Amino acid sequence: MTLDASKIFQKKKQQILETWIKNQLANDALREDLISSEEARTQSEELLDALVNRLRAEKEGASLADGFDPVLEYLETLSITRARKGYSPRETGAFLFSLKNALLKTLSEEIKDDPKGLYEESQKINNLMDDLTIASFETFIKGREEVILRQTDEIAEISTPVIRMWDGILALPIIGTLDSSRTQVVMENLLSQIVETGSSIAILDISGVPAVDSLVAQHLIKTVSATRLMGAECIISGIRPEIAQTVVHLGIDLSGIVTKSSLASALNYAFTALRMEVRKVRTETK
Amino acid sequence: MDKIPILKMGSFLLVTIQVDLYDRLALNLEADLIRMVDKTGAKGVLIDISAVNIVDSFMGRILGNIASMSRILDAQTVVVGMQPAVAITLVELGLPLNGVRTALNVEKGMALLQSMIPPGSGDEEITEDDHISV
Amino acid sequence: MAVVKEQDVVPFRNRVREYAVKIKMGLVNQTKLITAASELVRNMLRYANGGKIRIEIVTKGRDNGIRLTFADTGPGISNIDLAMKDGYSTGKSLGLGLPGAKRLVNEFNIQTETGKGTTVTIIKWSNG
Repeated sequence: MTLDASKIFQKKKQQILETWIKNQLANDALREDLISSEEARTQSEELLDALVNRLRAEKEGASLADGFDPVLEYLETLSITRARKGYSPRETGAFLFSLKNALLKTLSEEIKDDPKGLYEESQKINNLMDDLTIASFETFIKGREEVILRQTDEIAEISTPVIRMWDGILALPIIGTLDSSRTQVVMENLLSQIVETGSSIAILDISGVPAVDSLVAQHLIKTVSATRLMGAECIISGIRPEIAQTVVHLGIDLSGIVTKSSLASALNYAFTALRMEVRKVRTETK
Repeated sequence: MDKIPILKMGSFLLVTIQVDLYDRLALNLEADLIRMVDKTGAKGVLIDISAVNIVDSFMGRILGNIASMSRILDAQTVVVGMQPAVAITLVELGLPLNGVRTALNVEKGMALLQSMIPPGSGDEEITEDDHISV
Repeated sequence: MAVVKEQDVVPFRNRVREYAVKIKMGLVNQTKLITAASELVRNMLRYANGGKIRIEIVTKGRDNGIRLTFADTGPGISNIDLAMKDGYSTGKSLGLGLPGAKRLVNEFNIQTETGKGTTVTIIKWSNG
């Protein structure tokens, strides 16, 4: 008698499914707060179907690469949706390992009198499930990375607002650390706004920058130079005393740049440069 | 051979670069412009590069050269209308064009030139564009 | 694509731009790439009387990029470290060509052999 794991699984599908779901429940892998148990059941059933089909196809001689795809594909979409829904890696892992347990259990129940065959089949299933688990982990992480990337983009976008302070004066408060990709976004935003509004003075406020090292300073200097090339002047404001200290200690030369301690004094400078003045309106007293 | 037209507006020369420059064309422009500054006794040179997509180190050097040469001939140079992407690229390239004055657009550039020239020397009033072929 | 004379430079730049637009590269990165390409083409024309350039689209994960390979059979560069330094030039230029181009792209690789020629490969990623 030749052993045919796929036939056994086909026959015992319902039983495997039950064991699997039970395992999942025992492992807390079934997050009922994230998906309903019916949905989890459908997902499990579909995956099991795909797996059994694939095993049968393999028995019938289809090449491995072809037969593998539907299972893997299903698993990939599953992992990605789970990653987005906020499943932990442990839960996603437990989901697959509990299937492995269920499969192995069924095998051992069915093939009682042939230890060698049981071992071989178990080993095969083991390897297969391990491969699938690794693949699903990769996609799980990919799904997570996508989330992170999207958030990075969003942060970059919301964290560089260009504000029109006055006619001809722009302000750009920088919050957080300036790295080179961020600098590019800042520069692009600032320069295109300068063109759009025809402003001749831009104020970079770095009150929200936690620390200025030589790299950040270099990015700031670059931004100032680029603004100057456009034909506008760039003032850096919001320099805290400890930042002034580090800048001097690091030997960074900011002498070519107009720096002010507060946004107010930068604005005042800008008004002077544009030959404007702010006056208190005299109140009429009778 | 292509040429970049140089317009004379009062005591200023106005150059609008409309095409992507290759090196020979840029060199010609440098020579023509300096000759024009000398011939017309212009007090200011305004170079509009708003249509230029690429300024590499060679072009940057030509711009710097024009500014320095004009200064020797007692004329101020203002480069106007640089595109943001070009400005960022130049800075990244390490070429901040320190000797060159810049302005946002032709209008502001003109104002800057007017303010830089000591009063009395600009004796002509600004006339309509009269195209002078070189 | 072969570049042998100065007038070839503008069409070459336009080709690079076409490719960059095709993979939806941002304007600033486009400009950086083309400027870097322009520097390298000038070097090739000036020191090696032209050469061949290959434009390719490359993919890494979710990111697309453009790879440019500049190959010439000129005299080569005898001291790469010196050539890659800001402000160094054997011709009468600013000496920003090679180091500047390197700063403008994501990946920069130069191979040269004195007397045999120089090959420069650069890659610019569309989001980099």
